[in-house]
Amino acid sequence: MSNPTQPVGPGLPETQTMVTDQVVPPAQEGQRKGKQKGGKPASLWTDAWYDLRRRPMFILSLIIIAVLLVMSFWPSLFTSIDPFNARTCDLSTARQLPSAGHMFGKDNLGCDVYARTIYGARNSIVIGVFTTLITALLGGLLGIISGYFSGAIDVISSRVTEIFFAIPPILGALLIAATFRGRANSIMLVILALALLGWPMTFRIMRAAVITAKSQDFVVAAKALGAGAGRIMFRHLLPNSLAPVIVVSTINLGGFIAAEAALSFLGVGVQSPDISWGLMIADARNRFLDAPLPLVFPAVFLSITVLAFIMMGDAVRDALDPKLR
Amino acid sequence: MKRTAPEVLPAEGGLGDEPLLAVDDLHVEFHTRAGVVRAVNGVSYTVNPGETLAVLGESGSGKSVTAQAIMGILDMPPAVIPQGEIRFKGTDLLKLSDDARTQVRGQRIAMVFQDALSALNPVFTVGWQISEMFRVHRGMSKSDAMKKAVELMDKVRIPAAKQRVHDYPHQFSGGMRQRIMIAMSIALDPEVLIADEPTTALDVTVQAQIMDLLAELQRESQMGMILITHDLGVVADVADKIAVMYAGRIVENAPVHDIYRAPAHPYTKGLLESIPRVDLKGQELYAIKGLPPNLLDLPTGCAFHPRCPYRQDNCVTSAPPLYEISGTRSSACHYWREVLDGEQQ
Amino acid sequence: MSSSERVLEVRDLVKHFPLTQGIVFKRQIGAIKAVDGVSFDLRKGETLGIVGESGCGKSTLAKVLMALERPTSGSVTINGKDIAKARGSELKRMRRNIQMVMQDPYTSLNPRMTVGDIIGEPFEIHTEVAPKGDRRKKVQELLEVVGLNPDHINRYPHQFSGGQRQRIGIARGLALQPEIIVCDEPVSALDVSIQAQVINLLERLQNEFDLAYIFIAHDLSVVRHISDRVGVMYLGKFVELGKDNDIYDKPAHPYTQALLSAVPVPDPEGREQRERIILQGDPPSPANPPTGCRFRTRCWKAQEICAEQEPLLQIRPGTGHESACHFAETHDVVHAG
Repeated sequence: MSNPTQPVGPGLPETQTMVTDQVVPPAQEGQRKGKQKGGKPASLWTDAWYDLRRRPMFILSLIIIAVLLVMSFWPSLFTSIDPFNARTCDLSTARQLPSAGHMFGKDNLGCDVYARTIYGARNSIVIGVFTTLITALLGGLLGIISGYFSGAIDVISSRVTEIFFAIPPILGALLIAATFRGRANSIMLVILALALLGWPMTFRIMRAAVITAKSQDFVVAAKALGAGAGRIMFRHLLPNSLAPVIVVSTINLGGFIAAEAALSFLGVGVQSPDISWGLMIADARNRFLDAPLPLVFPAVFLSITVLAFIMMGDAVRDALDPKLR
Repeated sequence: MKRTAPEVLPAEGGLGDEPLLAVDDLHVEFHTRAGVVRAVNGVSYTVNPGETLAVLGESGSGKSVTAQAIMGILDMPPAVIPQGEIRFKGTDLLKLSDDARTQVRGQRIAMVFQDALSALNPVFTVGWQISEMFRVHRGMSKSDAMKKAVELMDKVRIPAAKQRVHDYPHQFSGGMRQRIMIAMSIALDPEVLIADEPTTALDVTVQAQIMDLLAELQRESQMGMILITHDLGVVADVADKIAVMYAGRIVENAPVHDIYRAPAHPYTKGLLESIPRVDLKGQELYAIKGLPPNLLDLPTGCAFHPRCPYRQDNCVTSAPPLYEISGTRSSACHYWREVLDGEQQ
Repeated sequence: MSSSERVLEVRDLVKHFPLTQGIVFKRQIGAIKAVDGVSFDLRKGETLGIVGESGCGKSTLAKVLMALERPTSGSVTINGKDIAKARGSELKRMRRNIQMVMQDPYTSLNPRMTVGDIIGEPFEIHTEVAPKGDRRKKVQELLEVVGLNPDHINRYPHQFSGGQRQRIGIARGLALQPEIIVCDEPVSALDVSIQAQVINLLERLQNEFDLAYIFIAHDLSVVRHISDRVGVMYLGKFVELGKDNDIYDKPAHPYTQALLSAVPVPDPEGREQRERIILQGDPPSPANPPTGCRFRTRCWKAQEICAEQEPLLQIRPGTGHESACHFAETHDVVHAG
């Protein structure tokens, strides 16, 4: 016989003395320190979830983000006024103070500030989410390839990201958005401009996480089994490197929303008649001293939104980082 | 100059009847979100000057937690010491103020850790780190302290100490780093030295060097030594007496020769029998069946009963006390007589 | 034994890791000679133990045998084919015959995969071994073979203890029915009471499936228990190779003698009289090994010839097995004194 016999159950020798079907928490063995002793069996994610549920900061940001999502998908739930309908504006009531029918008052063109603020959420969320998705996919994919293969691919892509890092992000986005202004949908342009400057961050995080995960024994074991590069990258490295990318992406999402507002404020972002908080702030700027409210309301919404995502990212990072436990 | 010690600190010198260090009915619990982990459940042992006590046990047995409680380096919370005394020359360390405790730690009771690389600070030279002991605790000048550091490195037999005193920890091999750790721990002439797995991370030939060094230092200074280990070979080489721990309790106490000749607890017996022996080559090794217990949910009665070949019905219901076998031996097994006589059940 | 039974032949295996300087324009300034000329055979169903201290190259040797590192020179022949030269699908096919069990049961299993996925992965990679429908059943059989409950197939590694995880790693190694398993320190991360269980399991599996083991460990008593032959490594070379009894009872090389005498004996009787050879200093760096005999800088027998002429691994007068020392002389250190 040239091959070992089939490893099948019935041939178990009688001398087998092990009783090993009970499962104990791993804290009983290995070099764990006292602090973790007796921690119930849990993976990184279930542990993090347990931790998150007990953080008021996380719950608060979750509620805010949920409300914002509802607001951007179904704005008509919050207001009966349609701000895209020009007839809802009335120049003669410009800069009117809040009243029963118009709780945030009216802006320079006599349009309802509350309705515009509610409808403005959609563009902020859309731009934030899509920019984040693109940066996470692009940066993540390049990061995993670069981290896994190292060598020339890694050297080249790392130098490229360094060049991107040297560009001040708002200035770069301003340049791109201004150059291609009018040639594409303004919202898409903002997303592309921000994504182009945002991916190097995700790339770096993913690359670092992959390099750490790559040296682990289970990757060596997979290679010894004959696993190919694709299987190692997507079955073994990706699930073990995802946590930091998720954290950074959540924090970045808030940053992208703020950047969109800045670009719109500067006139190269979202264009009228589309509505965006940045645009509203820009429009209200000229008469800020005698009518501050049309600027204050979108600014407050913007700050709360950005803060909610950053708070959530912070909470997730604390929950996922075992060193902080 | 040495700072004046608070009056509650144990005096230097004579001991009377009191052992140098006595742990008495110590309990340590960790309050985790999954429940209370009873890491140490009533441990008592003593060490006298010049004596080596080996505390033998597996991970999770509570041997290191006991040592950390003696040193006062447990993180509290989550750790809580609900009960027990740690008497150093008759003074209960657990009742001392934080200041007084700091005076004892490092100066009177010192510790050598398993992982010398992480215990040393990578950004300072080893000379600076050793001499810090003298500058902080003895108020020596920089140059005097450095001279003492070189002396100490000579004493732990680091070659070319005068030059190497300016090197950083990563420039030393594992064995040399452990020597530096030992130099730091004996710098202030402690009366008790706790060595927590001091050679586990080292190769056998280096392990032999380090154990040799520790024994020699102990002979010179008559320190009491607590050697924490899982290695039955190391214990047999250097220990005077042994305390075997299992699930946070001492299951057997004995002078070293007695325990290897005839163990009085089934766990100790199982450990000794599972060592590969030349005359039994080709046969299956004796293996203690099952797994170490979950400290969150200890078995009723004797914690070892689910794995014990001597188990009877009462082992499941009543926890055995430490039965005294002779003046120097005790075993926490209802059936220690049978175990001692070697009768298999 | 006839040569047809040989499953593994290693000849003059060398693995040097280049030391380079500069980032863009790298130039080689030297090499770490991790494995520097190792030859041995392994027969079907046999266990070759390899002992040595950290840095002696035993783990690099394991990696080269597993074709995880390409050797600088030399050959690793498995059933007549050199795995060191195999590429692509041929290499993948050859891997079915040589598998490994790793040291650390905590890092060697992917924490994001279930036990079923981990043990089933070999079948996903080598789809020809088991048809898709059979895989789950095969995984459960493997769990049973290594003494785990087959119902736990959907659990994650962290739900098991260290000893149980090591069994999972062993099951993964068995899945492709290899003839050779390289065990790199398979029990050193486990608790004492669990080590014996895992060693018994490895021995039982060897008998059942006629496996050949390369058993790398630093625990000399464990190696003696499980091995038929033992090789002692020092700075990338075998200094002594022979039957277990030859090595342990009649060691001929001074390094082996020092190593054996340094092992603490778990018996306090007569410990004061025990003869101890305590080596001074640390092993030299493998980047710059001594000329001639590599052990001469720590050897009490060293003379001029040791610096000039490298002793070859061969049978020396008065000894019955191979050793690499000009002054080889058997000496029972364990039972002396």
